[in-house]
Amino acid sequence: MKREYDVVVIGAGPAGSMAARYAAETGANKVLLLERDREIGVPVRCGEAISESSLKKFVGVNSQWIASIINEVRFVSPAGYVVDAYTPARGFILHRRLFDHYLALQAASSGVEVITKANVEFVDEYKDGFRHVFVDIFNEKYTIKSRIVIAADGVESRIARQVGIDTTVKLKDMESCVQMLVGNINVKINRIEFYLSTDLAPGGYLWVFPKDENSANIGLGISGDFSNSKHAIKYLQEFVKTKYPDASILTTVAGGVPCTKPLEKIVDDGFMVIGDAARQVNPMTGGGIALSLAAGKMAGEVAGLAIKEKNTTADFLMKYQKEWMKTYGAEQKRYYRLKEFIRTLKNKDFDDIALNLKDLSPEKITLTKIFTLAVRKKPALLVDVVRVFANI
Amino acid sequence: MVVVNESLCDLCGTCAGVCPANCIKILETKVLIDYNQCVECLNCAAICPFEAIRVSGEEVIKV
Ligand SMILES: Cc1cc2nc3c(=O)[nH]c(=O)nc-3n(C[C@H](O)[C@H](O)[C@H](O)COP(=O)(O)OP(=O)(O)OC[C@H]3O[C@@H](n4cnc5c(N)ncnc54)[C@H](O)[C@@H]3O)c2cc1C
Ligand code: SF4
Ligand code: SF4
Repeated sequence: MKREYDVVVIGAGPAGSMAARYAAETGANKVLLLERDREIGVPVRCGEAISESSLKKFVGVNSQWIASIINEVRFVSPAGYVVDAYTPARGFILHRRLFDHYLALQAASSGVEVITKANVEFVDEYKDGFRHVFVDIFNEKYTIKSRIVIAADGVESRIARQVGIDTTVKLKDMESCVQMLVGNINVKINRIEFYLSTDLAPGGYLWVFPKDENSANIGLGISGDFSNSKHAIKYLQEFVKTKYPDASILTTVAGGVPCTKPLEKIVDDGFMVIGDAARQVNPMTGGGIALSLAAGKMAGEVAGLAIKEKNTTADFLMKYQKEWMKTYGAEQKRYYRLKEFIRTLKNKDFDDIALNLKDLSPEKITLTKIFTLAVRKKPALLVDVVRVFANI
Repeated sequence: MVVVNESLCDLCGTCAGVCPANCIKILETKVLIDYNQCVECLNCAAICPFEAIRVSGEEVIKV
């Protein structure tokens, strides 16, 4: 380890590994990636689902870390009505542990220095073109100078707030999630399932994502403002016990998903924030892998360029924020509006949507159709539905 | 005062994400709360997926 770097990235999730890699590939010579945990990618706090198009766009497809290929999407209503959506798009369930390893190794191959068991405690203000990163590595304290610091520290997002970017999530906009890896069950390997019901997951949904024919990620998220009276773990335990009484539970993890509007500020002098830490998550689906990959690449490239051009001020790094807002900002706002409406729906509304679709021929039951029905009491949202589902 | 039950906590960081005082620190093996900064809003206790945060003195009801 050196005392001085061009770019220090905090957190080796998908966002951090991509940022480090692209900073190194774009022009930064000395790039350091710091991860608090002893192993990158562990524990897996993720349903591991990603669309084929996003994966191809940012990483490519590698059978090493693909568990299953998805081409069917099923919704189950509170009364148990089933809706099979017609979607030509494919998706994957990943092995996130291996996927995260792969991304970090790609960064390493591009010249990034990677250190695990490295907990960043503090980042100070920008002075004379540098910030100081205070880090604990295997119980030894170090202070490292860096021209740019990129915070990719996930849902907890402490670092950005230390430098004055408020990333605090409102209780109602945080999804409180629990997920189990469940074995000894029968699932359809090419189908993901979503259960919508205020009894199963108020202000969120429950998912079943197959890892193979006999195991699946089964999880749920509930909105923070419902979580106090009954916590997420209770909901999931009840569901699994009732639905899969013979199941073996291999792991149980907690997690949070920030489902907010885009932040107004994601850069400062010598500083950028990306991924879950920047709340770059699809607020309706809770999907964050693809957006983290996108943000990591975008911020990494701007960081590399900034080093090359010897300008690491907020003015220069603003390129990342502008590009982000242009490419994903409007979309995130649309998804947020849809989420805000969908969380007001009652069990009867979900059942009505399912019944309304009952007699349609399968290829007519598109996601656009389903969500058009969902928002029919608030037609102003139709524009959002059409826009967000137009390219799926 | 909010207290973390370490045997239930999964170190997921969700509580820190909703803490307006940014006073919850997640380490590799435990969670630290800086009580000098805490504003006792109880967001952390509400959001915890594993119900690992309680208000000390609160009666623990076993279901
Ligand atoms: C239960 C659950 C299910 C989900 N399912 C899906 C899904 O199916 N599809 C999907 O697209 N998204 C899903 N998501 C969201 C997705 O997991 C995240 O959006 C994604 O992991 C974000 O990547 P990231 O790199 O920003 O953060 P993370 O992957 O969270 O990585 C952050 C890293 O930073 C490290 N870190 C934190 N603080 C420090 C520090 N101070 N010093 C050093 N290192 C630090 C952490 O240890 C961690 O490794 C799910 C989330 C949850 C909780
Ligand atoms: S939300 Fe609960 S489980 Fe997660 S880190 Fe905080 S106390 Fe631990
Ligand atoms: S009570 Fe509020 S301020 Fe105190 S630690 Fe919890 S979330 Fe933070």
